[in-house]
Amino acid sequence: MRISLSKIKTLFFIPWLSFLSLPFIGAKGACYLFIGICAAGIIFIALRRVGQVRLGGKITKELTTPKLSYNPKYFIAVSMLFVLVLPLWADNYYIDVAVLAGIYIILAIGLNVIIGYAGLLNLGFAAFYAIGAYSSALLTTALGLGFWSALFVSLILTTFSGFLLAFPALRLRGDYLAIITLGFGEITRLTLNNWDKLTHGPNGISGIPVPFIFGFELENLKHYYYVVLFFVLFAVIVVRRTYYSRIGRAWLAIREDETAAEAMGVDATRYKFLAFSFGAFWAGLAGALFASKMRFVSPESFSFMESVFIACMVILGGLGSIPGVILGSLILVVLPEALRDFQSYRMLALGAGLILMMIFRPQGIIRSRE
Amino acid sequence: MFLQQIINGLTVGAVYALIALGYTMVYGVLELINFAHGEIYMIGAYLGIIFLGILTVLGVTEYSIILAVLLTFILAVLFCSAYGFTIEKFAYKPLRKAARLNPLISAIGVSIFLQNYVMLSQGETDKVFPTLFKTSYIEFLNATMTTLQVFIFFSSLLLMLMLHLFVMKTRTGKAMRAVAQDKVMASLLGINVDRIISVTFIIGSGLAAVAGVMVAMYYGRVNYFIGYIAGIKAFTAAVLGGIGSIPGAMLGGFILGLIESFGASYLSSEFKDAYAFIILIIILLIKPTGLLGKTGDKP
Repeated sequence: MRISLSKIKTLFFIPWLSFLSLPFIGAKGACYLFIGICAAGIIFIALRRVGQVRLGGKITKELTTPKLSYNPKYFIAVSMLFVLVLPLWADNYYIDVAVLAGIYIILAIGLNVIIGYAGLLNLGFAAFYAIGAYSSALLTTALGLGFWSALFVSLILTTFSGFLLAFPALRLRGDYLAIITLGFGEITRLTLNNWDKLTHGPNGISGIPVPFIFGFELENLKHYYYVVLFFVLFAVIVVRRTYYSRIGRAWLAIREDETAAEAMGVDATRYKFLAFSFGAFWAGLAGALFASKMRFVSPESFSFMESVFIACMVILGGLGSIPGVILGSLILVVLPEALRDFQSYRMLALGAGLILMMIFRPQGIIRSRE
Repeated sequence: MFLQQIINGLTVGAVYALIALGYTMVYGVLELINFAHGEIYMIGAYLGIIFLGILTVLGVTEYSIILAVLLTFILAVLFCSAYGFTIEKFAYKPLRKAARLNPLISAIGVSIFLQNYVMLSQGETDKVFPTLFKTSYIEFLNATMTTLQVFIFFSSLLLMLMLHLFVMKTRTGKAMRAVAQDKVMASLLGINVDRIISVTFIIGSGLAAVAGVMVAMYYGRVNYFIGYIAGIKAFTAAVLGGIGSIPGAMLGGFILGLIESFGASYLSSEFKDAYAFIILIIILLIKPTGLLGKTGDKP
């Protein structure tokens, strides 16, 4: 092993990091951190050595990143079967997590349209989610509408709010757009928090009625699970069909090179409006489902962190890839539930995960096929 | 009342301006919205409390309060600069040639990481900054200001002046301006671009640390989430003044401080935090180059 200058620099970083954390975690903590990073580094190097030995010293690109070869049809069939029979044997806790995961999958698929397809970073997606949830909650409690008619109205409202937010998107470049959407999200949350007459402020709205379907009350969590499952499948199919249509192609063209796309006759303005409205539509759907599932909404469910959380699902899973986005949402919803003891480290790991992902695998876990 | 709001607004505005300088300098050289910059400010505030605590235990505070405060500032600045330097090396440097959005996402990752790192190591409750001086008031016409407010305002002005002289008069400052104009051309002319970027992060983080310690002294308590909202407001100040422009960041900071202070007293204090966002959106839609930005600059 040749020792180069960069390796010495890397070694120097371990005590440096421990030193930086000294005021925050104390001398003992810094020592633990030092030992921990050293151990992680040794394991990492050892694993790489083992990998090199097995591959005969040469690492070719083909060997290090093996292509997953499975027939997607079988995989989909098996996972569908699993999802369908899940409520038959799982207890309520698992179904509850699954329903939550389903709602997040719809959200992530919606955000994927905006970030993944059209390439417009949106950091205020929770605002659409909030508008969907609050309009559905208000329509059912204050006006006494049924779940389905409230859903219809709230979908129109969220789609329209997406349309409105697209106006700045037309004028601004990527990172500025991200900040604008962030501002929109915060303004929405502050409005919900302070408009006491309508939204009851931080107390939220409670007593949202249970939805009916064909006169059948969905009081059982299992029934609710199937409704959410239906909507997840609906979202996957509709978004997939859109992606492979003329509209999806136009989004990709705008994402790759807006000027070139316009030169080829793609109306970028129109398709950006469409991406925002279409993405917001799914957030509205997820919001309405969330409101009727929790039977309670409050502004703190729709903070900036929530927007980042949904964006992480899309980015970690794989921008523009529907299986990736589903996997991303499952990982971020199910893993923290499974690792309850490490709950407080969840966000720490998420932050580190984002950085590492951007450095080592910016396309996400599952790369989108284009 | 009116004069009082001006005094309060200028104090808060000075802090925004100090943080905004870090945003604007980093944007100038890297075209990156350094989302983690607000977190550096928060870390500065925490470090102020931690170091002052250590110095009190060592007996320095008993010996001389002024010395202890001075040492606290120096240590916090040094540590925060080290944080800024390290963050750049770890999270942004590998992404310099990546797609535009990737460094921004990485910066959001850094921000989440640092926030939770401080929360886990220091606890979720507010940290209290000990009151060192007896608050003395200065009567001015019919408004009162504390000596601390005067100190914050003038030391910020002094730092901004020093930064301005540094950027305009020194060799490194000249190199910084060259890198901001054209990175490739600057490196062709023998400027070590990596070094200049590091210097930019170090100076920006140091200024944020000063702002952090001053805020900890001013409000008396800090929390791990103060960085996010202060970061957004400082970013608004930077955009308001024209991103990339150092005098613009100062101007933007003071204007934002005044708007907030007047808005909170004359319109509605509940929406105090929303003013910054509304201004940000309006500025970006109407005049994205800001007040002092050059025309022809992005976004």
